[in-house]
Amino acid sequence: MGPRIKLRIGKSTVFKTLVILFASACVIPLLAILGYIIKEGITKINWSFFVNVPKPVGEAGGGIANALVGSFIIVGVAAIMAIPVGILSGIYLSENKTSKLAYWSRLSVDILQGVPSIVIGIVVYFWIVKPIGSFSAISGSVALAIMMLPIIVRSTEETLKLLPDTLKEAALALGMPYHRMILKVILPCGIGGILSGVMLSVARIAGETAPLLFTAFGNPYLSTNITKPMHSLPLLIFNYATSPYDDWHNLAWGASLILLLWVLLLNIITKLTTRKWNIQL
Amino acid sequence: MEHTIVRTEKFNAYFGANHVVKDVNISIPKNNVVAVMGPSGCGKTTFLRCINRMHELIAGATCEGEMLLNNEDVYDMHPIFVRLKIGMVFQRPNPFPNLSIYDNVIAGYKLNGIKMAKAEKDKIVENSLSRAALWNEVKDSLHKKGTFLSGGQQQRLCIARAIAMEPEVLLLDEPTSALDPISTASVEELLFELKKNYTLIIVTHNMQQAARVSDRTAFFYLGELVEYDDTKQMFTNPKDTRTQNYITGRFS
Ligand SMILES: Nc1ncnc2c1ncn2[C@@H]1O[C@H](COP(=O)(O)OP(=O)(O)OP(=O)(O)O)[C@@H](O)[C@H]1O
Ligand SMILES: [Mg+2]
Repeated sequence: MGPRIKLRIGKSTVFKTLVILFASACVIPLLAILGYIIKEGITKINWSFFVNVPKPVGEAGGGIANALVGSFIIVGVAAIMAIPVGILSGIYLSENKTSKLAYWSRLSVDILQGVPSIVIGIVVYFWIVKPIGSFSAISGSVALAIMMLPIIVRSTEETLKLLPDTLKEAALALGMPYHRMILKVILPCGIGGILSGVMLSVARIAGETAPLLFTAFGNPYLSTNITKPMHSLPLLIFNYATSPYDDWHNLAWGASLILLLWVLLLNIITKLTTRKWNIQL
Repeated sequence: MEHTIVRTEKFNAYFGANHVVKDVNISIPKNNVVAVMGPSGCGKTTFLRCINRMHELIAGATCEGEMLLNNEDVYDMHPIFVRLKIGMVFQRPNPFPNLSIYDNVIAGYKLNGIKMAKAEKDKIVENSLSRAALWNEVKDSLHKKGTFLSGGQQQRLCIARAIAMEPEVLLLDEPTSALDPISTASVEELLFELKKNYTLIIVTHNMQQAARVSDRTAFFYLGELVEYDDTKQMFTNPKDTRTQNYITGRFS
């Protein structure tokens, strides 16, 4: 072997090592965060942690039931609002690639994706909270739904765009009306990708705090009334972590772990659904 | 006197300003197999897609002239109705990937929301698959996804799906171009069978295939219908020099 080839092989080895090194570097922050939260959070979690609401300072045994229930409700209502709108817009965009409306809605979806969540919170505050005169869970849901929308729209559009035109033609050539083709052929074939987009959007907003500060606001008691202020996990973490009391810090750690597990679980489910529902074309 | 099922009168088709099918006059007798031939890009697919009104689905695509099915202009009928009467098989097999073999066959009913008794569905499925020469191969795996089949089987599944709707005319756009010789042979055999009940219009680049399966052949050149005659006549004694050149392989 000549020295030039040796040099090249040497260079390539160095390069490969660097790539592997940096690839592992991506994993380190995740592992560090996971490890830290689990270490701090796991000892704070027990039965009463799930079923009780926070106790006043100094009393032991408080829990995060109000925030847990609140998070589920706020995120659930947001999903109910965002999913149909998002999927329908996604269908429209994939079906009408060149229309003016498609151009503008694609643009606005892209911009919406970049709007800081706190700005969305403020806007919803002025649209809903102020006119009604009270903080409410539903206004928080609206803010979160706005944040989910671009993710759902884009993932639906991208998924459906990948379906071959021949599939649509097969349906239409059988005398199928347009709406049936969409509902019975296009949607079922793209369901894996659409579901994963929905799931990711839920995971994405589950930990959002800023838009809830001036909308859902928070509530020390367990509430299921969506027209009233409601607590949520990220709000609880924010409030308690910045408080001076150790008991409350503990709740915040526990809540952080729960939130983290929730998001992780959603990501895993997403991976599984895409695998299970992925349709071989 | 043969009964004419499809007839066109000065039929033209366009993609925007691109004039693709020019003043075509053709009469297609019932229960015949008509082969449509011609060099690539001469408008065969476009013409075929005009017959069942698939052409108009493409943005900017238009057509004019008369396209008659049993003396009634298909452009005066509802496109859905037209497509139920005139089935289509595409160049590449396109079974519905979300459906089983069974459901693919009755897709035209099922996806259109037509309710049927199980026995009736079973009958249609078995009948269509048998006529498409696929029944023996798939009768034990009817509830597997249609996309697990080989390319040739998928194409026969698509044929079964089309004939399950009992159309009067079946359009086939190069149905064997993606298939190996054995699958091609079985599809050709099937065309022979289908001729008894249907009128078939088949686009093909394969002259042997046209000679084997068709009663009449239409030769298109640059969007014009140059010659249309008995297949035998056309291959042994073409009248137009362009047809002659094509058949003798002077251009393709
Ligand atoms: N979707 C389309 N949009 C615009 N023009 C098209 C489209 N499809 C076909 N054309 C044009 O119409 C002409 C005829 O095309 P067509 O597909 O009918 O030819 P063909 O005879 O079927 O060719 P081939 O044997 O290659 O399948 C071509 O010149 C092509 O440029
Ligand atoms: Mg073609």
